[in-house]
Amino acid sequence: MAIKEYLTVREIVGPLLLVEEVEGAKYGELVEVQFPDGSIGMGNVLEVSTDKVLVQSFEDTRGLSIGSTRIRFKGRAMELPVSRDILGRVFDGLGNPIDGGPEIIPDRRLDINGNPINPYARDYPSDFIQTGVSAIDGLNPLVRGQKLPVFSASGLPHSRLAAQVARQSAVLGREEEFSVVFGAMGITFEEADYFINEFRKTAAIERSVLFMNLANDPAMERIATPRMALTAAEYLAFDLDMHVLVILTDMTYYCEALREVSAARKEVPGRRGYPGYLYTDLATLYERAGRIKGAKGSITQIPILTMPEDDKTHPIPDLTGYITEGQIILSRELHRRAVYPPIDVLPSLSRLKEKGIGEGKTREDHSNLSNQLFSAYARGKEAKELAVILGESALTEEDKQFARFSEEFEEQFIKQGEFENRTIDFTLALGWDLLKLLPRQELKRVKQDQIERYMKQSEE
Amino acid sequence: MVAEQSGEIVKVAGPLVIARGLPDPRMYDLVRVGPSRLMGEIIELRGENASVQVYEETGGLGPGDPVFPTGGALSVELGPGLIESVYDGVQRPLDLIRESEGNFITRGVEMPGLDRAREWEFVPVAAEGDQVEEGDILGTVQETPVVEHRLMVPPGLGGRVESISGGTHRVTDTVAVISTERGDVEVGMFQSWPVRRARPYRDKRSPRRQLVTGQRVIDTLFPLAMGGTACIPGPFGSGKTVVQHAIAKWANADIILFIGCGERGNEMTDVLLEFPELIDPYSGEPLTKRTVLIANTSNMPVAAREASVYTGVTIAEYYRDMGYNVALQADSTSRWAEALREISGRLEEMPGEEGYPAYLGTRLAAFYERAGYATCLGSDKRTGSITVVGSVSPPGGDLSEPVTQATLRVVKVFWGLEDRLAFRRHFPAINWLISYSQYLEEIEKRWSEDINDDFKQMRSEAMSVLQREAELEEIVRLIGVEALSPGERLVMETAKSVREDFLQQNAFDEIDAYSSLRKQYLLLKLVMTFGLEARKALEEGADILEIIRHPLRERIASAKYVREDDLEELEALTGEVVRAMKQVAEGVPGREAVVPDSAAKKERERVEKIFETY
Ligand SMILES: Nc1ncnc2c1ncn2[C@@H]1O[C@H](COP(=O)(O)OP(=O)(O)OP(=O)(O)O)[C@@H](O)[C@H]1O
Ligand SMILES: [Mg+2]
Repeated sequence: MAIKEYLTVREIVGPLLLVEEVEGAKYGELVEVQFPDGSIGMGNVLEVSTDKVLVQSFEDTRGLSIGSTRIRFKGRAMELPVSRDILGRVFDGLGNPIDGGPEIIPDRRLDINGNPINPYARDYPSDFIQTGVSAIDGLNPLVRGQKLPVFSASGLPHSRLAAQVARQSAVLGREEEFSVVFGAMGITFEEADYFINEFRKTAAIERSVLFMNLANDPAMERIATPRMALTAAEYLAFDLDMHVLVILTDMTYYCEALREVSAARKEVPGRRGYPGYLYTDLATLYERAGRIKGAKGSITQIPILTMPEDDKTHPIPDLTGYITEGQIILSRELHRRAVYPPIDVLPSLSRLKEKGIGEGKTREDHSNLSNQLFSAYARGKEAKELAVILGESALTEEDKQFARFSEEFEEQFIKQGEFENRTIDFTLALGWDLLKLLPRQELKRVKQDQIERYMKQSEE
Repeated sequence: MVAEQSGEIVKVAGPLVIARGLPDPRMYDLVRVGPSRLMGEIIELRGENASVQVYEETGGLGPGDPVFPTGGALSVELGPGLIESVYDGVQRPLDLIRESEGNFITRGVEMPGLDRAREWEFVPVAAEGDQVEEGDILGTVQETPVVEHRLMVPPGLGGRVESISGGTHRVTDTVAVISTERGDVEVGMFQSWPVRRARPYRDKRSPRRQLVTGQRVIDTLFPLAMGGTACIPGPFGSGKTVVQHAIAKWANADIILFIGCGERGNEMTDVLLEFPELIDPYSGEPLTKRTVLIANTSNMPVAAREASVYTGVTIAEYYRDMGYNVALQADSTSRWAEALREISGRLEEMPGEEGYPAYLGTRLAAFYERAGYATCLGSDKRTGSITVVGSVSPPGGDLSEPVTQATLRVVKVFWGLEDRLAFRRHFPAINWLISYSQYLEEIEKRWSEDINDDFKQMRSEAMSVLQREAELEEIVRLIGVEALSPGERLVMETAKSVREDFLQQNAFDEIDAYSSLRKQYLLLKLVMTFGLEARKALEEGADILEIIRHPLRERIASAKYVREDDLEELEALTGEVVRAMKQVAEGVPGREAVVPDSAAKKERERVEKIFETY
């Protein structure tokens, strides 16, 4: 079919173009937008009726004019060309190589919107991933095929944590390495550069695929970027049998781009101006994680988002939390006290924990120990808060012990080096060691024989 | 293809398609959209234009593409084979779709809800020559080891049984012929029913029997009745799904209908993998043998999500009509409401609060109204029920939002989940101060017959202790624990024991996951006996610390792990508690010497007052 070209743009509003007298356009179709200066941008069809088409431009619409903009409908949805050669490559937010390397000679071209995994085809994630970070492994463990976001805030070291997890992650007792797919949306050059260097240093770059939409790249392109990344991940996981770790950062900028489109379309907004379909839209991204029965590969997702005003109830973290299988929350307070990684373990959660740990996976005492550490730390923190109001003397002897425990817990268990890769055994032993600070009869969540066995062990 | 008269697309906006030229379109008619014949439903008519919500992704559709009428409404197939099925929101079998299409869901798949090839053994109950009316049972099919499927005369039909044929049949076979005023009607193994229309019943009654869920905080504090309605609102991660799964696993219902409505794929997998392994405590068979699963996850098309709750409740009604008690769980109704909002937005309707359509409340009420305890159609006047439990996912956990508010107006039971409790790993994180059940009174009456006379009493004592704790906590926060009198400290300790040793229940522990009502009673009795006996000891002048630190308390704490077969251990332990507290009291040397008379009296009065509410 010959591609028709239209010069009938009638309106340009923000990222949207209204094109008239169009024939045969399809919903979701890929569109080429030729600028008056000859440069070409991409877009897609948001709405189509008999003679009008609403096009969303991924390129900044600056410089477009009503009279001389040319629109070409491509007759297909946006696609990502894939082959094994995408490994080790760097692409822009729309999947064009930007590392100076050759174009990809594709094995397949995949629609970036993907298709939903049939729930019946899923296999439950249950392989523990050792990230080497105690606050994660010990208390909120990551499991292969999970989607576990990091809720961060501006100025907190989420990038360092994500890089550390990507560097250290390994499944116990197996040799296979993760491939990493990295999708950057709206982050700064510096942050992006940090990741690229990280991957280079550890030679992880050879098993990585990077999609980069930076702060100064067109904001609308961000809507496509995570879909590019996830399409690449699905190809690696389910066509090439790899275990893939997908890092998406920063989801907040992605959501803001969506909001911009929604506002330009004058849609009725949901909370705080974000579109009512934000939940569904995010779900079509986050649900592209998991394992499939009979498939060797898997997709584990770590989306990173910065909470506007550190507010967990803001629609972006809120809706994310409603979709993902837990969350790792970073705390400004811990960061201020120079605790790295500043993971606020109490509101953090890994919902797949119970399936990923225990006998045969990590260790039989893991679950009880983590519950004990949780509750002891919670109690210690409460005691400390009380002491702030009423003074240390208002605390009972026990409360004082718990308060002390919570301090040590932060200093020794949560805090660790950026390049410190702790084994799960080390993490668990550390936990037992700290419990010695507490009276035995208060240790109600661990079993007596576990105390004998592991507390003793750590005494040796 | 034969020239079917078809319409044509004039506009596509996300899941909404506008078509023109359909022959005599009717509201809620099913249509097939585009060359790959995607399923859609007419939801608005304006002049020549019909707005169609499409149950599949609409990418690639455009103006000029055909739209085919089907002449019928969106319906489900009702017959043997529903149990153990896994459907999407419009009753397409996901297991069979995987077989034919692979691991990812592709578009335009047409597949009937009931397996056409499967054979069933039909055993007639009615005989040739019998007069039958609508709802009468014609015969039965053993659908699973626990579910006897009762084939009924469809609503609106009645007359003389002309013929009926037992033996092996497929669902498409005719099993009986009924001669009616309008001539002979063939009755097959299955009927179709439009999902948006409630199936008829004879009359409704008020729910009375308890739906026992095995969850202590629910059954003892805020019980649900068979045929009742409940909602579980709570912020993310507070435990809605775990509660819903627990009910699906352990409720004493005959049939379970679980609707995963816009939630996670892995949660469906969890059910699919776990249920076949778990044994139903009532029937001794795997849980799957009584379960129908509807999985329209968050990444599946929103319009089908909107339909999923209707598909689910229609299947539930069908089993109710057979005389079964059905428990239906919808996780989460908020996602259904959001689907409604999205479609409404595309229709450019005038938005109500937070963009939800003005009819949100009516739709929600109409959905919950399909629950109930009813006398079914059929001359035997059998009864059946549908209990509906819906989770609600309020943005930011804020209960004042429209979906929660509209839901609270119609449901009778409210289990309010709280993240504060979840952070402390107090599960189920149901806040005992804000939750309620309007079935409590009716259900409590039965406890004295079924369980024990003092169960009701015990429950209200536990509630008062918890209430008092909340008040005392205020004081502790302001002045510190030292400010409390020994009596008050005991109240705090008793409340703590109610919370930790009774209310907290680990859904992932083999034993703790489920408690029979009897176990619940005995456990509560144990905990409350400690409070009561300790108070007596305190009055005798015993030291509060000695009571608090008594070694028996550790055994009270682990009492919840006593197996259902060993419940007498709980009674024995309660006896020990009584004796131990007596010993503590007796061990006090000359209490008059320790506590001056007047002070002791004052203290006693004070303690009395605290326990007054007991
Ligand atoms: N009864 C329970 N026993 C033990 N753990 C529980 C219990 N209830 C909840 N949890 C813990 O809380 C986590 C979150 O629970 P759940 O998935 O039910 O939350 P939710 O309210 O459905 O969240 P969302 O709205 O995001 O779906 C579980 O993964 C589990 O770790
Ligand atoms: Mg849930």
